[in-house]
Amino acid sequence: MDTSEDILQQASPDLVRGSQTRRAAKSARLSPSFVSWLQAGPMMLVFLAFFLIPLVFVVIVSFWDYNEYQLLPAFSGRGYTDTFEGCIAQLPDLCTIAKTYLKTLKLCFLVWAITLFIGFWVAYFLAFHVKSKTWQMGLSLLCTIPFWTSNVIRMIAWIPLLGRNGLVNSGLMKTGLINQPLEWLLFSEFSVVLALVHLFTFFMVVPIFNSMVRIDKSLIEAAYDAGASGLQTLVNVIIPLAKPGIVIGSIFVITIVMGDFITIGVMGGQQIAAAGKIIETRVNALQFPAAAANAVILLVITFLIITMMSRIVDIKKEL
Amino acid sequence: MKEGRPRSFYVLAIFFAAYVLFLYGPMIAIYVLSFQGPQGGLTFPMNGVSTYWLTKLFQGTGIVDLGAAFRRSLLLGVIVMAVTVVLSVAAGMAFRRKFKAQSILFYSAIASLIVPSIITSLGISLEFRIIDDLIKAHWNGNFETSMGLLTSGLGAHLTWTLPFGLLIMFAIFNRFDPRLEEAARDLGATPWQAFRHVVLPIILPSVIGIGLFGFTLSWDELARSSQAIGAVNTLPLDLQGLTTTVTNPDIYALGTIISAVSFAVITLALCTIHMLNKRQAAKGSDAGKGLV
Repeated sequence: MDTSEDILQQASPDLVRGSQTRRAAKSARLSPSFVSWLQAGPMMLVFLAFFLIPLVFVVIVSFWDYNEYQLLPAFSGRGYTDTFEGCIAQLPDLCTIAKTYLKTLKLCFLVWAITLFIGFWVAYFLAFHVKSKTWQMGLSLLCTIPFWTSNVIRMIAWIPLLGRNGLVNSGLMKTGLINQPLEWLLFSEFSVVLALVHLFTFFMVVPIFNSMVRIDKSLIEAAYDAGASGLQTLVNVIIPLAKPGIVIGSIFVITIVMGDFITIGVMGGQQIAAAGKIIETRVNALQFPAAAANAVILLVITFLIITMMSRIVDIKKEL
Repeated sequence: MKEGRPRSFYVLAIFFAAYVLFLYGPMIAIYVLSFQGPQGGLTFPMNGVSTYWLTKLFQGTGIVDLGAAFRRSLLLGVIVMAVTVVLSVAAGMAFRRKFKAQSILFYSAIASLIVPSIITSLGISLEFRIIDDLIKAHWNGNFETSMGLLTSGLGAHLTWTLPFGLLIMFAIFNRFDPRLEEAARDLGATPWQAFRHVVLPIILPSVIGIGLFGFTLSWDELARSSQAIGAVNTLPLDLQGLTTTVTNPDIYALGTIISAVSFAVITLALCTIHMLNKRQAAKGSDAGKGLV
């Protein structure tokens, strides 16, 4: 970010020197670094108290022991051994935790691919085809408003459409395409993926749109003038320049789906196992160390995915 | 380039329209269904039209004590909004010059945004359980719990809203012309006066946007509240509880009411932003526009 000083420095170096001496005189009252601390400190404290310390506790508690009703603050690997129970004994069959993570990754991949496709083209339309700023604002707003409304409501909104007697089934039966209602429409992997796409495509649209509006339009014109076809321009100019947005959107969607337990619970009829769902189940059984161990595993896997993706792009530079 | 619109425009316009329909269609379906007659079921076709289910909800004859949950969610939402606005603006100002721990704060915010909510929620609940145990062991054996709506619950919501607030502040100051503030200082304004009379009025529309994010994200928050809210429930938690048990349009009526609050807040915020922008355009300086 440019500070005023940087800009002034270019304009008139003497002035900056002047303002520095003036500021030095003031620093007797409030030094700039003290002001910065005062401004940023409260937010830092909130993150410390409600995010960083809790994460430390998750790691610590994952190594504690437990019985039916309470935590026992003594070192134990039980949280982990319970989680990986049968993983070696059952080989070559997969144990529960491995199956659960495979299923979560599968859901993740499906949702990622679909949200990327939809998000890319929605952002492309908004950035390149909508020429007037007012329309661009209005249509972006139209995409954003659902994000400000409740996720649960947007999930249950599918029930009247996908249920056994829902609109889709009754419509299909009327046209004679099917004789009996399709059961896999609701409370299935299909409905989970549908709801996740419905809820979280927004997280793809925003960063990709952001990258796309920054693309200098003259680059596209240059490609056109040099004889590139529409497809060539897309592949060689637009996609590489929109890559930061694509990566940031992907990180959002993947981390959300990896940790999700609410959408998978509600739309899967509480029947589908997933990485986030295990944690919830363990907490409900008051097995906190096991829940914490699962949280640590999920955190490590999520972190690995993000590290791999952020190799492609420097997040800090893009914001 | 070419005159007129290319064919890809129409293809993508249809794609975009389909996406918007996909976004709004199901939501509108349940708003409509919540106005069914008393015999109504969970799906179309509608069984008569009435406000039976909505009034039933307000009479409290329905499922849980929704009035109390409603007030709790509202209270929490307003507090989260206020704290988010103040802390985000303050931290956003700090980021305009270099300070130690700058990157720690930045990465904390990003991490807080993308670490799965269930982990943050579990961590907060463990933290408060351990604090409770310490208080019970060392100070007061009868102590119940420090977990609650405005302690652990508030903290959990802030870990979700503050990153958004901070990112919006970055976006604001990326576009902000620092020379305006410098000019105010040159005219003898104290840092506070420069902020109060120059910076704040310019960024105010976006600050309202931060408030909008703060309230709506808290009002609908679920995953982080799930483990960290303590003994009481917020409205979305009650709603989620209903998804497994209820078989009549109660749940749609509740959904409609929760959404009505969201839409009221969104409309209010957008109108305020629009008004402020118009006022800025009308009353703002014409410096630099040249002589007419």
